[in-house]
Amino acid sequence: MSDEDDIIIRVRGLKNSFGNQVVHEDLDLDVRRGEILGVVGGSGTGKSVLMRSIIGLQAPNAGSVEVFGHDMLAGTPGEQTEIRKRWGVLFQGGALFSTLTVAENVQVPLREFYRGFNQQQLDEIASYKVVMTGLPSDAGPKYPAELSGGMRKRAGLARALALDPELLFLDEPTAGLDPIGAAAFDEQTRSLQRTLGLTVFLITHDLDTLHAICDRVAVLADKHVIAVGTINELLALDHPWIQEYFNGPRGRAAIAGSDRAQAPAGA
Amino acid sequence: MTAMADFQRVESDSETLLRFTGDLSLASIGDLPERLPGVAPVDRIDLAGVDRIDTVGAWMIHRFATARDVPVSGLEGDEAQLYEQVARAADQPVVAPAPDYGLFLRIVAETGEAVISAFRTLHGLLGFMGATVIAFWNVFTRPRRFRLNATVQRFEVVGVSALGIIGLMSFLIGIVIAQQGAVQLKQFGAEVYTINLVGRITLRELGVLMTAIMVAGRSGSAFAAQIGTMKLTEEIDAMRTIGVSPMEALVVPRTLAAIVMMPLLGFYASLIAIIGGGLLCWISLDVPPITFVQRIREVVPLTDLWVGLIKAPVFGAIIAIAGCFQGMLVEGDAEQVGARTTAAVVQAIFLVIVLDAFFAVFFSGVGWI
Repeated sequence: MSDEDDIIIRVRGLKNSFGNQVVHEDLDLDVRRGEILGVVGGSGTGKSVLMRSIIGLQAPNAGSVEVFGHDMLAGTPGEQTEIRKRWGVLFQGGALFSTLTVAENVQVPLREFYRGFNQQQLDEIASYKVVMTGLPSDAGPKYPAELSGGMRKRAGLARALALDPELLFLDEPTAGLDPIGAAAFDEQTRSLQRTLGLTVFLITHDLDTLHAICDRVAVLADKHVIAVGTINELLALDHPWIQEYFNGPRGRAAIAGSDRAQAPAGA
Repeated sequence: MTAMADFQRVESDSETLLRFTGDLSLASIGDLPERLPGVAPVDRIDLAGVDRIDTVGAWMIHRFATARDVPVSGLEGDEAQLYEQVARAADQPVVAPAPDYGLFLRIVAETGEAVISAFRTLHGLLGFMGATVIAFWNVFTRPRRFRLNATVQRFEVVGVSALGIIGLMSFLIGIVIAQQGAVQLKQFGAEVYTINLVGRITLRELGVLMTAIMVAGRSGSAFAAQIGTMKLTEEIDAMRTIGVSPMEALVVPRTLAAIVMMPLLGFYASLIAIIGGGLLCWISLDVPPITFVQRIREVVPLTDLWVGLIKAPVFGAIIAIAGCFQGMLVEGDAEQVGARTTAAVVQAIFLVIVLDAFFAVFFSGVGWI
């Protein structure tokens, strides 16, 4: 029974299609409590669609989605809101509200769900959340249009973490960041995940991110999840796409990089 | 279920403790932020009895501990690390937005900014008109750079697609003018002059003016939104790097379409308005259509038609240039597209009416009355 409890997201037999184009067919996926699950797949294999199905932005044609043991496709709007409070989502472009400052963006979920704080307390909370995601503290009163792409992502992460969620969805968090910024973002994600005990559903193309922070990796191909496991387990599989992905020139470079990073710690 | 966060003040011989229990997280924090400041002085904060702590809980404890200058104890492992991180982040000063200068200064400042921005816009619009003329000249001297397909497509969008709505609007306007005119003129027994009223006002003024307003709302706004969105998605920059001039590829076809279509639409609108007026005259004044048409030919001088047709292309050019200009000004975020589209329509209609006043004075001056 404890095994059952530890599955945070359970997707079974998911089917998604747009017109004649079938994106997912018979897709199964489990995400365990406290892990960082990386989701990889070629362009157009429906990684973002899978995330949108799980968070309820995309109604699937068939199948079931359970989050925290609740069926996401049934349930009253009130119950769904209760579950929404327990997760945070970082969209690809940050999806910050452009008419609000960064600090106000972070305060939106707090205002929506908890009315116990006064303005000064909200300002303080927004300020420390912004700083914790690695932004300078003077980013708070700025508008999203005044920020660079990387800073927008961090601000988006601050908003995703506003309610101290148990579950975090990240859609390509390091895409478009420079390698140093991407590494810092990975580091940040890992440390937040450890300290807050987060479960993270991470869509990425970034092989370094996979090596650096993911506990397990799910590979999306042929309209379903073809394999889930640690990178070493996946490397042992004989699927051409997986071999190409992890053993291609970029994959090798990432493996070498993660070996170098681990060597001093091991010595 | 998780226990609500709570605290007790525990006094012993050596020290006074503030002992927290339950779940120090956002969902179960309850009214703690309000109760905490009222607590009597303590020597130490003890968190050993806390089940779970999240960043909001850590922030609240840290805020209290800093304000009272008391040590915190009882956290271990990840929770201590979490507290540490939050404390470090919360020690950064809260940066407030720019200060408020009070109502009077704000009104003065906003008035000044509005005046400056109005002059800047006018200046920019003049510059853009010049750039449009240059682009037209470039296309004229190098006809291979003229984009026939794009232009014809604009003709359809600006002209043909507008026929339905402009026809309906003009028909109703014709009826309204005839009806109002008939009611007023009847008081002098001069209701037969309703025909003069309908014929002259639609051809001289209303046909073209109402069409211009409709085209500004339909096409001027579309130009601003299209070009604005293309600016946001860097399509305009891409064009420039490839060596395609956005002025020639986007602004020339749109402006040309508006210049060519406005007289046609204005003439069409005038005709439909006269038909509407004629219908009302037939129904309520018993003027048969044959007589109506005959009277129209007698009382409407041909110069009235020229007045309308000369104004129309100028209005078209103004509408298209204002739309494209505002679209090109978009930068930053999606909200700008909406603001610029609104500005394009307002500016176009305003300029059309100002120009119409100048035209009225001019045509009176040259004797076309």
